Amino acid sequence: MTDRYDAIVVGGGHNGLVCSALLGKAGKQVLVLEANDQVGGAAVTREFVDGFAVSACAHLLYQLQPSVRKDLKLSPKLASEDMTTVVLDEQGEHVRIQGNSVLGVSDADAKSFRGFHKRMTRFADLLRTYLNKPPPRLGTRGLSDLLTLGRLGIDIRLLGKTEMREFLRLIGMNIHDELDERFESSLLKGALSLDAVLGTHLGPRSPNTIMTYLYRLAGDHGRVASPTGGMGSISDELAKAARESGVTIRTAMPVSRIIIDNGRVAGVETENGERFDSMTVVSNADPKRTIMDLVGARHVETGFTHRIHHLRMRGNAAKLHLALDGLPTIAGLSKKDYAERILIAPDEHYVERAFNPAKYGESSPEPVLEITFPSFRDAKLAPPSQHVMSAVVQYAPYDRKGGWTDAARQEFEAAAIRAIERFAPDIAQRITASELLTPADIEREFHITGGHWHHGELTLDQFLFVRPVCSAAQYRMPVDGLYLCGAGAHPGGGVSGAAGRNAARAILSREKAA
Amino acid sequence: MSIAEVPQGRLRSPFYSRISAADTVNQWHEWKGYSSADALYCEDTEYFAIRNATAVFDLTPMTKYRITGPDAPEYINRLVTRDMNRIKTGRVAYAVWCDDRGQVIDDGTIFHLKEGEYRLCSQERHFAWLQTAAIGFDVSIVLETEDIAALAVQGPTSFTVLSTMGLNGLEDLKPFGLMNFDFDGADLMVSRTGFTGDLGYELWIEPGKAELLWDALFEAGKLHGIRAMGTNALELARIEAGYLAAYQDFLPADATMRAGRTRSPLELGLGWLVDFKKPNFNGRRALAEEKRRGSAWRLVKLDIEGNKPAHHSYIFAKEKGNKSEIGFITSAAWSPVCKQNIAIGTVRTPHGAVGSTVWVEVFYQREMHWSRAMAQATVVDKPFWFPPRRSATPPGRY
Amino acid sequence: MKTYDAIIVGAGHNGLTTAAFLAKAGLDVVCVEKNDYIGGAAVSRNLYEDWMYSNCSYVCSLLRPEIYRALELHKHGLQVTPYGGSVTFMENGDYFGSYHDPEVAYREMARFSQHDADAYERYSADTMRQCRFIRDFLLRTPPDPTSFKPKDIKELIAIGNKFMEMGEDRMYETIRFWTMSVAEYLDEYFETDVIKAAMSGSGIIGTALGIHSPGTAYVLLHHYMGDVDGNVGTWGFARGGMGAVSNSIAGAFQAYGGELRTEAGVAQIIVNNGRTTGVVLENGDEISARVVVSAMDVKRTFLKCMERSDLPESFYKRVENFKIRGSSGKLNIALDGMPTFPALPEGSSLYISDMHFIDSMERMERAYDDWKDGTWSKDPYIDMTIPTAVDPTMAPPGKHFMSCFVQYCPYKLEGRDWTDPEREEFAKSVIEQIANYSPDFKELILHYEIRTPQDIEDEIGITEGNIFHGELTMDQLLFNRPVPGYAQYRAPVAGLYMCGSSVHPGGGVMAAPGANAAREILADLKRPNTVPENFGDD
Repeated sequence: MTDRYDAIVVGGGHNGLVCSALLGKAGKQVLVLEANDQVGGAAVTREFVDGFAVSACAHLLYQLQPSVRKDLKLSPKLASEDMTTVVLDEQGEHVRIQGNSVLGVSDADAKSFRGFHKRMTRFADLLRTYLNKPPPRLGTRGLSDLLTLGRLGIDIRLLGKTEMREFLRLIGMNIHDELDERFESSLLKGALSLDAVLGTHLGPRSPNTIMTYLYRLAGDHGRVASPTGGMGSISDELAKAARESGVTIRTAMPVSRIIIDNGRVAGVETENGERFDSMTVVSNADPKRTIMDLVGARHVETGFTHRIHHLRMRGNAAKLHLALDGLPTIAGLSKKDYAERILIAPDEHYVERAFNPAKYGESSPEPVLEITFPSFRDAKLAPPSQHVMSAVVQYAPYDRKGGWTDAARQEFEAAAIRAIERFAPDIAQRITASELLTPADIEREFHITGGHWHHGELTLDQFLFVRPVCSAAQYRMPVDGLYLCGAGAHPGGGVSGAAGRNAARAILSREKAA
Repeated sequence: MSIAEVPQGRLRSPFYSRISAADTVNQWHEWKGYSSADALYCEDTEYFAIRNATAVFDLTPMTKYRITGPDAPEYINRLVTRDMNRIKTGRVAYAVWCDDRGQVIDDGTIFHLKEGEYRLCSQERHFAWLQTAAIGFDVSIVLETEDIAALAVQGPTSFTVLSTMGLNGLEDLKPFGLMNFDFDGADLMVSRTGFTGDLGYELWIEPGKAELLWDALFEAGKLHGIRAMGTNALELARIEAGYLAAYQDFLPADATMRAGRTRSPLELGLGWLVDFKKPNFNGRRALAEEKRRGSAWRLVKLDIEGNKPAHHSYIFAKEKGNKSEIGFITSAAWSPVCKQNIAIGTVRTPHGAVGSTVWVEVFYQREMHWSRAMAQATVVDKPFWFPPRRSATPPGRY
Repeated sequence: MKTYDAIIVGAGHNGLTTAAFLAKAGLDVVCVEKNDYIGGAAVSRNLYEDWMYSNCSYVCSLLRPEIYRALELHKHGLQVTPYGGSVTFMENGDYFGSYHDPEVAYREMARFSQHDADAYERYSADTMRQCRFIRDFLLRTPPDPTSFKPKDIKELIAIGNKFMEMGEDRMYETIRFWTMSVAEYLDEYFETDVIKAAMSGSGIIGTALGIHSPGTAYVLLHHYMGDVDGNVGTWGFARGGMGAVSNSIAGAFQAYGGELRTEAGVAQIIVNNGRTTGVVLENGDEISARVVVSAMDVKRTFLKCMERSDLPESFYKRVENFKIRGSSGKLNIALDGMPTFPALPEGSSLYISDMHFIDSMERMERAYDDWKDGTWSKDPYIDMTIPTAVDPTMAPPGKHFMSCFVQYCPYKLEGRDWTDPEREEFAKSVIEQIANYSPDFKELILHYEIRTPQDIEDEIGITEGNIFHGELTMDQLLFNRPVPGYAQYRAPVAGLYMCGSSVHPGGGVMAAPGANAAREILADLKRPNTVPENFGDD
C-alpha cells in the first residue's frame, strides 16, 4: 500500500520548503521528504557542542526575495538587521561599510563608493527582475520566451546610453580591475573582493566576479541580517508556512531513488524501503545528485548526462564554529561592532593569494574570513557570558589533494585561527570547543555535491539560460514529471527562495497548459 | 633517449600483402588511417564479381568496439534507437544512434556475440561518445579495430566458396546471423552480413591468421570466380542495395558546422529502426516530437529516366518554373544489373512521397563540353537490387 | 603648406593597411613612422650578421585573405608557407606531438588516451563552429547596441540572426563558450593533462589571464580563427620573416601613390575647434591633413599624443583604464645549427613545429601566478619556433633563427623598471628551460635579443608591449573595444580615427582593424569603398 501525492519534494531545504508551500497553497497534496532530522538543508541551526548553537551552514541572510516574503507572508525575526561590514585592520583602523556609505577611508574613496554602490544596485535591481522568473528559452518562437527576452532588451536599454554601456562592459569583468580603477583603500578593495568571491571558485582577478558581486546585491541591495535563533528559524518559519498550506513534511527520510517507470516519474523510494507515488517529483537536491544518483544516468540521454557530469560544483567555503568563553579582544572594535559582519580581507591581493592554492587543490595558508558572533545579540545561542563565533573560511577546496585528512583539517583550522589572531591575539585562549566543516563535510552532512553553496558554480557559463545546463533551465528536467527547485536551478544559491518559488510557478503553469 | 614515433603515414592492414599482390592499378585512398584500394585491376570486373561470383573486400579499417559488462544490454539499448532486446545472441542488428536532438551520429552493425557481449562496427570513430554514454552504466568499452582483421566475402558463389573451404553448417545461417568456426586453431567468426545487397558473408579473425585465411579463401574460391575488389565496386553495389553511407547520404551530427545539416533517422527513412516503445534512448524525446510535428526532410530512392548519372544534382518539384530546389542527390550511379539510372537523395517534405515524380537537373560532359538536362525521376520504396538469393536459407549453390 | 587627405600615424601592418585602402581610393595619403624602419610589430630585423629576426610577431594565420587578395600582396613579395604541428616536451622524458596529418595526430593522442583521440574530432567541430560564427564579423564594424540608427540596428539584427541560425542548443553552447575558461572548456573533452596543457596555450598567449580565468576560451578562438589558404586554424611563416607582411602592404600602398616617411614620430595630434587638422612631428614639423588616423594603441594615441582638454573627460578616463597589460616577452636567438631534441626520433617532422615545454595544467597556471605577483614566470610557457627550418632565407645556410615567445613576463617588476641583470635572469629562465630538453642548444647560441614588454614599448611604441594592443576580455571586445560608444573607429574628435589593434577585432596581425577603419573613413569622406567584404561561409 503506498500513498499517492500530487507532488513529492525531495529535500526540505529552504527552496524545497518554499516550493512545497506554494504548491500547497495552490491546493496540491504535497509531501516533503528530508534526509536530516531537521528541515532547512543548509539553512539550519544546531548545537555543535553542548550549549552552543550556530547556523550550521549559511549564517547570514541577505538574499531572501521580497516576492517570497510576500507570497508566504514571512516576517522573520532578526537579531541584527542591516548589519555593518567591518573590515579588520591590524592597526585598528577598521573600515566600516554600510549601505552606500563607507567610513575609515579617504573622502575620495567614500565618494567613489557612493557612485559605485548606486550603479551596482541599479544593475542588481535589473538582475533581480530576472531572478524572479524562469529564464526564457532561446531560439524558440514561444510567445512568453520572446516577451521575456524582449523585455530584457528593453530593460537594458532603459538604463540609458551611458549606464547600458557600463552594464555591457562590466557584466563579464573581474572585480579587481573595477576596484583598482575606483578606490585607494586596500581594506575597502579587500572587502569588496571578498564579497564578490564568497562561496565561489573564483579569485578577484577572475573575470565574472562583477557578476557574482551583483548577484549578492540582487536580494536586498547587500543588506545583511542575522535571524534570531539562527538561520534555522527561517527554515522553521518556511516549514510552518508549508504545513499551514497542507504540506506533509517528513524528516529523517532520505530518498534513495526517484522511481522512473516507462520513461516518466512515478514516485520516490526512501532508504528504509518505503515507496511514495506521485506523477510529479520536485528535487531540491543539487542537479548532479538528482540526475546521477537519484534518477540514474540511464534514464536520461547521453548529451544531458555529459553536461550534468561536467557541471562545476567544487566548493571552497568552509565553516568554522568556535565556542568561546568570552569575546575576543580586537583593537579598535567598539562593543557593538561585535554584532556586525566582520571581514578578514586586508587587501585584494591577499584575497587573490588566498585563492591561488585552491586552483591546485591546496587550502589557503592565509585564508579570508567572514565572521559573526551571533550570540552577541541572541544570547540563547550560548551559555551566559559565553559566545559562539560563526565564520566562513575560504579557500578550502573540496577536492583537496590528498583528501581532507585529520592533519589537513587541523592545518586549515590552525590557519584560520592564525588569520584571526592577527587581529584578535587572545582568540586561541578563548576557544573551548570548535567545529570545522569543510566542503567535504558539507557534502556529507547536507547532501550537496562538492559542498558548493550554489549547487553549481555561479559563472556566466552556468547562469540564466544555461543554469544548471543547456536546455534544462526552466526547472523541468528531461524526464516527464521531474523538476528541479534547488540552488542548482536558476537563479542560484543564497537563502533567497527564488529557485523554489520559480519552480513552483513553473510546475503550476505547466499543469494549467496541459 | 628518444621515444619511438607513432607510425607516420598510412597503416597497412594485415591483408595488405595479398591485396597489393592482386593490385595492378595502384589506386589507393585513406580510410581511418589505413591504405584502402579504390580498385585493384578493373572496376567493372570487380563489380561483376559481386553480382556473378564472389568478391572479397578488406574491411579491417572498419571501427570496432567490444562492449561488455553487466549493464551492456541496457547500455546498448539506451544508445541506439531500435529495441536491442529482440536481438538474441548469435544475431546481428543494423542500428543507428542519435544525439539528444534525435540527429543521427552514425549507423553501424551490432553483433550480439554472446550473452551480454557485443561488438559495434561503424565507419566513423565514436569512442568518446560511447564512453560518455557509459556514465552510470557498469560496462566496459574497448576499441578493437586493430585486433580483428575482417573481410567481406560477397556474391552468389560466396556460400559455395566458404563451404569448399570447410566451413560446415553454414547452410543454416540466416541473414544477420553469426557462427564461429575453428580456423587453424583460431576463432573465425562468420556473419551473414554485408554492404552489397547480395548473398554474402563477413569474416572476422585475429590479424595473425589474416594471410592464411585469405589464401585458404582464394584456394577454395579458385573454381568459383573469387576475386578481390576495391572500394569503387563496393560503392556501386551499396547504392544498388539502397544502403546509406556516412559523409555522403548523411553527416555525423556531432561533426556538422552549420545548422540544419544533420538528419534524424525518420528523415533518413529509418523510422523502422526507431522503437518508441522503449522508455528511454538517446534522442527519444526529440524524435517523438518530430514524429508529432512532422519531419523536415525525407530520404528518397530515385529511378531516374535516361542513362546519365545524376551526381551532385539538384532535385526540383517540376520540370520548369521552379522557384527553388526541393533537395539534392547524395549518391548516384548507373546500375549495371538493373539497367537503371539510380540515385539516393534528400528532399524537403512534403515532397518525395513514394510513387511521386520529381525532376533532377543532370549535368554531363561529352568531349569537354557540358550539357544540362532535366530528367524525370520516380520515388521508389524498395532497394534497386534485392535478389531472392540474398535471403534464401539455405543459400543456393551456384 | 600641402594638406594631405589623410595622415596615418604609425607604419605597422594596420596603419599601412588603412593607408593602402585609402590610397587605393585615390586619396592623397602620407604614413608617418617614428622608427627608421617600418612594420611596427610585424617586422624582420637584421640584428646579428646575416640573420633576419622576426623579433616581435613570428607566425602568421589571422591575416585576412580578403585583404591579401584586395591589396595583391603577392605582387609585393608576400608568401606565407604553412607549417604543421607542435610538440610539448614532458618532464618524464616523453613528448606529446601534434601532427599535421590528422590520422597521425589521432594515433599520437591515442598513445595517451583513446578517449581523447576520439574526443578531438568533436572538439574540433565544436570549436570550428564558434570560429565560423566569429569569422564573419572580423571585417565588419561592430554595431552600437545603444544606438537607434538604422545601420546599427540592421547590424545587430544580422548578428542576432546569425546567432539564431545556430539552433537552440548551439546558442547555449555559444554563450557558454564565450564565458568559459580554456581549462574548463578543454576539461569537457579531454582527460590527459599533457594534451590539455598543449592545447591551453592558445587560450592565454598574449593575455594577462591564466588558463583558469573565465573568458580564455574565446582567446583560444582568436588563435584558431585564422587560416592559410582555407585551412582554418593553420599557421604559417611569412617568407623572409614577419616584416614581409608589412613590407608587402607598404609596397601596395606606395604602388597606389602613397607616401611613406620614416623617422617621423608624431609628438602631437592637432585639434582646432573640435576637429583635427594634422600632426606635429617630434622634430617640430607640422603636417596638415583632413583626416588623421592613428595606428598606435589607444593609450598612446590619446594619453601621450593629445591634449586632455581636446577630449571628453569620460572618454579620457575610459582610455586611462583601458587594459593593455604587458604579459609576454620574447627571446630571439641566432643559432649556429639546428639544436637536437633527444626525446624526438631523428628526422621527426616535429622539428618543424611549435615547441612547448610545459606539460601540465598546473604548471600553466602557476606560470600565471608569478605574473600576478609581479614577476616573470620562473617556469614559463614558451612558444618556440624555428622559422628557418621552413624558410632558408632568414639565416645563412645551415644556421638558424629561433623565436621564443614567453608567457608570462610583466611590464614592470613589482611596480618598478627592469634592471639589466633581471633581464638576463629572464633570458636564462627561457634558455635553461629549452636546454633541459636540448643538451646542445646552449652551445649553438651565437646571439640573442631579450624583449621584455618594456623593451617592446620603448622600441615599437605599444603600451606595455601588449601584443593585442589591449586585453581580449569581454569588456574590451566587439562594441566594447576599445571603449564603449567608440567602437566604430571614430575618435571623439572630428576627423580623427583609430585603426590599430586596440579596435575591433583586435590584434594578431589580422590587418582587419586597419581595413575596417579605412571603410569607415571612406564612408565619411563619401568616397567609393575599396575595402573587401569577407568571403563568407567557410
